[in-house]
Amino acid sequence: MQHTWNFASVFAYWDVLLIGLWGTVYLFVLTCVIGLAGGLVVGMLRYSKNGWISYPARLYVEVFRNTPVLVQIIWFFFALPVVIGVEVSAFMAAFLGITLNTIAFSAEVFRGGIQSIEREQWEAGKAIGMSYAKTMRRIILPQALKRMLPPLTSRGIEVFKMSTLASVVAYPETLQQAKLIASYEYNPIEAYTVVAIMFFLVLLPMVQLTYLLERRFGKSD
Amino acid sequence: MTPAVEIRDLHKSFGDLHVLKGIDLDVQQGEAVVLLGSSGSGKSTLLRCINFMEEPNDGRIRINGDLIGAERGGKMVYRENELCKLRTRVGMVFQHFNLFPHMTVLENVMEGQVVVLGRSKAEARDKALAQLARVGLEEKAPEYPSRLSGGQKQRVAIARALAMDPEVMLFDEVTSALDPELVGEVLKTMRQLAEEGMTMVCVTHEIGFAYHVANKVCFLQDGQILEQGEPHKVLKTPETSRVRDFLDGHSLFKLPD
Repeated sequence: MQHTWNFASVFAYWDVLLIGLWGTVYLFVLTCVIGLAGGLVVGMLRYSKNGWISYPARLYVEVFRNTPVLVQIIWFFFALPVVIGVEVSAFMAAFLGITLNTIAFSAEVFRGGIQSIEREQWEAGKAIGMSYAKTMRRIILPQALKRMLPPLTSRGIEVFKMSTLASVVAYPETLQQAKLIASYEYNPIEAYTVVAIMFFLVLLPMVQLTYLLERRFGKSD
Repeated sequence: MTPAVEIRDLHKSFGDLHVLKGIDLDVQQGEAVVLLGSSGSGKSTLLRCINFMEEPNDGRIRINGDLIGAERGGKMVYRENELCKLRTRVGMVFQHFNLFPHMTVLENVMEGQVVVLGRSKAEARDKALAQLARVGLEEKAPEYPSRLSGGQKQRVAIARALAMDPEVMLFDEVTSALDPELVGEVLKTMRQLAEEGMTMVCVTHEIGFAYHVANKVCFLQDGQILEQGEPHKVLKTPETSRVRDFLDGHSLFKLPD
């Protein structure tokens, strides 16, 4: 099979790709930040001894952890407007799908991280007069965060790639823009190759950064 | 003189298990009291009730005359606030050291001073270094706990508790998790504290330490104090066969004199 590679036909649309990259980064930053913050809150609720608090949190986690993000995005885009009677934008659908999923995922990481800290650490904090809140903030969370870091950073990388799912509702992120170019120029092979390379070039330094972060936080071992 | 610790009719249950069945105990200022007994006798639970790591189900505890808790309809109720404050007055050292692994030795000893007592960082640092010098570990201040031996960790834990300027120190089997050759350095530190006049309550299996350092030995059996008195009396001429058996078990293979 003979194929004449023609990347010029992709690069001619560099401004279109740039809009896509911006869309990707924008979606990533918002879903990641709000997903992690929300995860901390839901993780704490999940840890609560009060069943009226922990059970709904658990239900939430299970619903969003056990359904595909792609299906959630499609559902938010097409079904949610019918349910609540309000138009849902492509961005909002993608944002909701990825964020709610990330909250569920990181809530489990937070809960597991906090639970993994030995009971003795709680006692040591208590024994020098710390309240529950102080012990949590000064003793438990710093240690738990260190253990949570690897799963959380790998989730961050995952979320960045997950943003391509937003193309299913035509949100203008990188993959969606490449789709556009491919449909104009009939060059899908080149267009999608460029998308892959773009993701690789952005993610590679990001992953190196996470290694650095993990090493820095591991210095007391 | 007001006792440093005054315990009256203390009861503690875990579910259906009645662990402490009415303990009365006075610890005078500057006194070192050793609690002995086989496992399950309630000695650790008694110790942990003194700083309310365990909340008693009944009874009264006074620390230097201050009644802990408030009476509501014949029951004692305790607020977290009050207990936090109490724990700054009653220090505790654990079997497994429980140092904070994410902080240096110095930060471990500063933490409570800054976060709980509200001392300035500079003051807390001076105080921490002084306490570390007291246990002979000043030069370890910048290290992380993972770099220390078990004996050094335990001495740091002692310094961490001392830095709060406690009125009473509780030691919960602090040498039980140590390699035999490291036990000595910790016992020496504790002996030095006792000689400096620190009020101490220790749960330990080190009969020799009890004999040489304690002012009073209490033998617990089944949640009650079976015998108490001066160490040479309780440890040399015990009144009950139970205490005799216990002591025999602890010196089965003594070296000949």
